[in-house]
Amino acid sequence: MKNGFWIFLAVFVALGGSWCGFVLAPELQLGGAKQTTILNSSDVYPVGRPGEATQGSSVYRANGCAACHTEQVRQTGMTCAVTLTDAGKNPVAVTNLISSLKLTSLTKEDADKAADKISAAGGKTEIHIAATGPDIARGWGMRQSVAEDYLYDQPVQLGSLHAGPDLANTGARADANWQLLHLYAPRSVVKGSTMPPFRYLFEVRKIGREPSPNALKLPPEFAPPASCEVVPMPEAVELAAYLLSLRATVPLYSAPIAP
Amino acid sequence: MTVNENQNPSNFGGGGAAAPPRAAAAARPPLEVSSTKVDASLRVPLLALFGGAALWLVVGSVLGLIASIKFHAPDFLANCPWLTYGRVQPAADDALLYGFCIPAGLGVALWLFAQLGQTPLRGAIVPVVAAKLWHLGVLVGLFGILSGNSTGFAWLEFPRAGSVILFFAYLLLALWVMMNFAARRERALFPSHWFLVAALFWFPWIYSTANLFLVAWPVRGVVQAIIGWWFAGNLLFVWLALVGIGTAFYFLPKFSGRPLQSYYLALFAFWTLILFGTWCGIPPGAPVPAWLPVLSSFAAVLTVVPVLAVAAIAWQTSRGSDAPSLECGGDARVVAPVHADCLVGQDKATRASHSPYGDGASPPRCFIRFGLMSFVLSSLMLIAMACPRISRVTEFTWFGPAQTQLQLYGFFAMTMFGAIYHLLPRAVGFELPFPKLARAQFWISMYGVVLLVLPLAIGGVEQGMKLNNFNIAFMDTTKAMLPFLRISTIGLLLILLGNSLFALNIFAMTFIWEKSLVKKAFAIVTAPLPVLRPDKIGTTEGGETPEVKV
Repeated sequence: MKNGFWIFLAVFVALGGSWCGFVLAPELQLGGAKQTTILNSSDVYPVGRPGEATQGSSVYRANGCAACHTEQVRQTGMTCAVTLTDAGKNPVAVTNLISSLKLTSLTKEDADKAADKISAAGGKTEIHIAATGPDIARGWGMRQSVAEDYLYDQPVQLGSLHAGPDLANTGARADANWQLLHLYAPRSVVKGSTMPPFRYLFEVRKIGREPSPNALKLPPEFAPPASCEVVPMPEAVELAAYLLSLRATVPLYSAPIAP
Repeated sequence: MTVNENQNPSNFGGGGAAAPPRAAAAARPPLEVSSTKVDASLRVPLLALFGGAALWLVVGSVLGLIASIKFHAPDFLANCPWLTYGRVQPAADDALLYGFCIPAGLGVALWLFAQLGQTPLRGAIVPVVAAKLWHLGVLVGLFGILSGNSTGFAWLEFPRAGSVILFFAYLLLALWVMMNFAARRERALFPSHWFLVAALFWFPWIYSTANLFLVAWPVRGVVQAIIGWWFAGNLLFVWLALVGIGTAFYFLPKFSGRPLQSYYLALFAFWTLILFGTWCGIPPGAPVPAWLPVLSSFAAVLTVVPVLAVAAIAWQTSRGSDAPSLECGGDARVVAPVHADCLVGQDKATRASHSPYGDGASPPRCFIRFGLMSFVLSSLMLIAMACPRISRVTEFTWFGPAQTQLQLYGFFAMTMFGAIYHLLPRAVGFELPFPKLARAQFWISMYGVVLLVLPLAIGGVEQGMKLNNFNIAFMDTTKAMLPFLRISTIGLLLILLGNSLFALNIFAMTFIWEKSLVKKAFAIVTAPLPVLRPDKIGTTEGGETPEVKV
């Protein structure tokens, strides 16, 4: 075993290399990450989730929602368009110029060039930036998800499977009532859904002196008998609050959009 | 390590369990420790490790089946929070990985090291306790997931209590394996040693890193995801590959009767695997700084090198061997009942231990061959998924779970079945109670893997292409996946059946061994008091460790 020590050292270095690369280096680069400012604004992003939503995040974790759902929007590129906001003092020249220019489906560079030309002619312009890609076209988000979006998540639940749709922006798509109906009886709002119902987050009880204001308004085939009502338990309310808090729509330096 | 032996590839292989490398045997006086003694010292720890592993294997496949049925009927068991899909699915995966794969791998490593080093295990009580502790940790962990206390990180779902138990159980087991390694009488090192020592060392490193930085003192934001991918990639790809390939490199030469082709290629595969494989795992589309996925994809492409090296070694070592062609078939003609396994240089008892399968079939060999093929295929799938162009289609589809299942079950579990069917009868000292079932399990498990993985992989590609076409509604992509998921349920059903047959053999073996213990103990207790008859005393002493003649 006279070589034993050197072999062990070489194995240690080889394995340790990947530890330094994918544990230490990302932590040094991103571990101290702070809030960032929203593009063209002084507001900071992200602001932590409300307390109820934070508790809902742990309901999401406990029930393994990430086994079927991702929280990550992908984009394949972006496209820019230039619009005129003010024709300025010489509208005819600007109009002529505009008709000779391509103003949609541009790259950022071309959009900047076109905007420069128009402003040289005296017009004022705005550049709209839109993300492209199937996820975006599906309405799952306005831009790709970036590291900043997950700053305060604990745990970060990116998910790895689209057995169900992406949820990175579900809060921007549906309201609390829809979320609760969908949790209690997925097929009452999405025909043919394969999501298991989460009835155990709800209480089906006899209606007391007067119906609970929180009771779900279910379609007849999913509703309990007329004398009963379905009331969400705190976990369901928290989970819905978390789902509502899922929205990553603000433009960031790393994911610029300008609607 | 004697350098001369190490550098002469012809000394490697062929030897092993019973016969040390021939040159080595000639060069030194015969070792006074017989293979039987080495085997006997491992009996109790191995039964403890494999017994629990067999139990978790069955539990895991039942949980996996429940999860799969939910795609046929989402209302199935929906009112029970403990059995909701999001808990059952990770529990099934973890039961397979932590419940079966890791303890089975550790048990096989324990046996391999003792055999290669010709050194009986000392203090066998410690690995027995560690094995029980490990299985307790799995119980605590699965209970945690099903009760809603998962950590939320893929492949690291076990809550803290479970992880801590697992970690210390592992340290104890690994320590005992390493102590046996350090005390080995046969000083030559084999490629299997390299693979297994690296694996033994690597698990505590990645497992403690992941638990400390994700669960105990969580890092911030996406660094969690990065460490999670790094951990999962290293555990599922690197650790399993090190143990599974290390094991296969021991058995390949034994089964084919020719040395590993070649020693240097095996070391080359080892070094490239730990140099490149350890950097895989970060998906190309991850929302992290771009250098991370780029580096990871680059490493994944380079990982083709060790995968092809393993394929070449397996091919060259099995090709043109002096053993008659392998028959896994059910109606195989009897070619050479004993020599089918062709354990060159083995003693009669070892060779005889292979006859009960009948018809020249050798389940251990079939399992390990299938495992190696699955390794190459699943690794190529993993590498493909790391290429950005392919990842655009396969990311977030069922192609990923298909790859994982092929890796965990098709490669690792199958390799372990082969190894355990080979070594456990030797360690316990009698034949498998149901050898025919072992052979049936090969076919059932193999078709199970095919029916589980193939539909998911094909369906996954179709799902990915549909997801990339935004004109197809999401609901339609889900519906299109259902037929594939239904076929995969049949695969899971077969896997459950195969696993039950495995467990049946292991449990029956444990039972027979325990019964013989009780018999001996009973005989001792009820024996007439020694009336100074020396001939009788001799036969009843040492009843605690019955030496069952093979």
